[in-house]
Amino acid sequence: MTRPTPETLANSARRARAAAEPARDAEPAARAATTPTVPGVRTPAPAQVSGAGSLVRSLEALGVDVVFGIPGGAILPAYDPLYDSTVRHILVRHEQGAGHAATGYAQATGRVGVCIATSGPGATNLVTPIADAYMDSVPMVAITGQVARPSIGTDAFQEADIQGITLPITKHNFLVQNADEIPRVLAEAFHLASTGRPGPVLVDIPKDVLQAPTTFAWPPTLDLPGYRPTLHPHGKQIREAARLMAVARRPVLYVGGGVLKAGATEGLRKLAELTGIPVVTTLMALGAFPDSHPQHLGMPGMHGTVAAVYGFQKADLIVALGARFDDRVTGRLDSFAPDATVVHADIDPAEIGKNRHADVPIVGDAKHVIDELIGAVTTEQAGGHRPDLADWWTQLDDLRKRYPLGYEEPADGTLSPQYVIKRLGEIAGPDAIYVAGVGQHQMWASQFISYEKPYTWLNSGGLGTMGYAVPAAMGAKVGKPDTVVWGIDGDGCFQMTNQELATCALEGIPVKIAVINNGNLGMVRQWQTLFYGERYSNTDLGTHKHRIPDFVKLAEALGCIGLRCETAEDVDKTIEAAMAINDAPVVIDFVVGKDAMVWPMVAAGTSNDEIMFARGVRPAFDEDDI
Amino acid sequence: MTMHTLSVLVENKPGVLARVSGLFSRRGFNIDSLAVGETENPDVSRITIVVNAESSPLEQVTKQLNKLVNVLKIVELDPQVSVARELLLVKVRADRNARGQVLETVNLFRARVVDVAPDTLTIEATGTPDKLDALLRDLEPFGIKEMVQSGTVAIGRGSRSITAGPALRAA
Repeated sequence: MTRPTPETLANSARRARAAAEPARDAEPAARAATTPTVPGVRTPAPAQVSGAGSLVRSLEALGVDVVFGIPGGAILPAYDPLYDSTVRHILVRHEQGAGHAATGYAQATGRVGVCIATSGPGATNLVTPIADAYMDSVPMVAITGQVARPSIGTDAFQEADIQGITLPITKHNFLVQNADEIPRVLAEAFHLASTGRPGPVLVDIPKDVLQAPTTFAWPPTLDLPGYRPTLHPHGKQIREAARLMAVARRPVLYVGGGVLKAGATEGLRKLAELTGIPVVTTLMALGAFPDSHPQHLGMPGMHGTVAAVYGFQKADLIVALGARFDDRVTGRLDSFAPDATVVHADIDPAEIGKNRHADVPIVGDAKHVIDELIGAVTTEQAGGHRPDLADWWTQLDDLRKRYPLGYEEPADGTLSPQYVIKRLGEIAGPDAIYVAGVGQHQMWASQFISYEKPYTWLNSGGLGTMGYAVPAAMGAKVGKPDTVVWGIDGDGCFQMTNQELATCALEGIPVKIAVINNGNLGMVRQWQTLFYGERYSNTDLGTHKHRIPDFVKLAEALGCIGLRCETAEDVDKTIEAAMAINDAPVVIDFVVGKDAMVWPMVAAGTSNDEIMFARGVRPAFDEDDI
Repeated sequence: MTMHTLSVLVENKPGVLARVSGLFSRRGFNIDSLAVGETENPDVSRITIVVNAESSPLEQVTKQLNKLVNVLKIVELDPQVSVARELLLVKVRADRNARGQVLETVNLFRARVVDVAPDTLTIEATGTPDKLDALLRDLEPFGIKEMVQSGTVAIGRGSRSITAGPALRAA
């Protein structure tokens, strides 16, 4: 089972790391002798530098500890001062990897993730991770080189209008026209990325601006007159929400990723326990409320639990906190939660009423909203207004009992992917960080791993980016080096971005990747099974039939330890073997059956009422049935 | 669907117009007319957008516009309490026989002749879109050789100013 360890490589990587580390540690001390520093944000003295020097000093002053990138012509001036900087640069193999790594870093740590690329193709390779970060509201700053100002607009070598290209997929972007602006623009970029509704910000800097002499002065004054996110909710709206919560008979707390972004999970638990209201957490919010908590109904939506989906459909009050009524959650919008009054709290006013009318709109940061709701609900309860939710819980508990998440062992005797993922979660435990790609394995990872703590579940929710897992796991591990980080990937996803395992091996980033290898583009195949008459057009990847690629050999070629597991009895010991390796990245090729499907399912474009518990099995929702 | 006139105050910076107009097309809105120019504060530009939309999708697009970092303020102008004008330049066929009649139409609409050629007159007119449509209808029989129209610009009636306010002072 265990393959030979590529010890030479792992050891040389360790040596390189050991050699590099004292140098990195020595650097701040040397700098501290000449420039006073404050923790987090450093305030160095003004200095005559190049634009590139100003860029790197700005990153240092902003407290950036790591950036992911690849150098190239236009960004090359920036790499010279970076060579001596306290900022660690991780040389990735593809710019998409840099972008997702920045996202993984940001989602695991809550800090701004930073990626760097050169002009033209370097910048366009960042487009997917930028769009991904935009959809999932991840604080990220992307820095790109641009051709020199006189060449802009001439179709110069490696020129691409990345500012124009990323206009619809960034929270904001900048084309720096003058080296003196660099500190201010960087400070603004970080401020925009990390405040309000977080999101990616791109800073495009022409090569001649990077080369121009300038004065670096810190801190700069931000000039963002049109940017004023509303953090504190309106008291009247909060009181109205609390009043509705006090009289509702079938309420549901609909928790989205905004609760994690706002660091409001403690408050959420208090609010939930104070009110006794059932909680559903969306795909982006897993971990915001413990899966094991008795009030947790699970995830709603296309592959949500029957109880969560039913909870929405029968609710008389939905309190949405940092969630956006995405189509994967609502199913057909006109039949979503037909009887529910909606309280919708979000930091982004444009989300409120976008898909579903909000009866009580609340604009504010989830933390402030929840804290103030706790106060208002307490007042209501002091006045004797406490709803009786016993009937509601009886109905929901009955559904949970009758329709729990589960799976059937494959009839053909192949290894069950759900079993693998379930055991992985049980063995690695609730302290590990799990990073999924996109597809069946992602849904199973959301269903069969118990998330007990915030920031332990990372995935590409909005954009659904296959190839997210390996680089995002790398970024998460860099941000949380003492935490076990498991990437859970499909064989399709894995073949999109596995080259970053070379980065992990060389840079000493010991991630663990479980490839749930069913030999197919599994989710697409599932749709072909259900909706295209089992005509499997272009979904067989050949990873089973021909074992191309051989993921164990591939892992070893990339400097990782490769393991393979094909039977249920080997699952535990293979996972345990991987858990025991902490000095090199590990890849496990779990060869699983191709016919397993993700259930429950609300088919695209249908109503949540039509949820299927399993193929051909529709839960009984009728009033008299429950 | 109804016409709505939005006054959008933005930072006077490169690329802002592309951000604003791009957002409309991206969210599936057709801009009926658009006009942009500096305000009394050179750091602030004012974009007047006329858009044909139901009020609830319009609210969504207004919220999306407000999210643009360079957008300072958005006001929907009520046609009842605002003044809206367009500028029209039109080159009309007007030989010796027709010239008198063309000039009569010009005078009726309080328009002006800004250029004269042996067989054409170029006419300038400002007014509401309705008035300019009527003028064009009357000039049509003479033969319109070329025309160009500006987008609508609009301003609220009364002494209140939408450009006053803390955000705009900061700009």
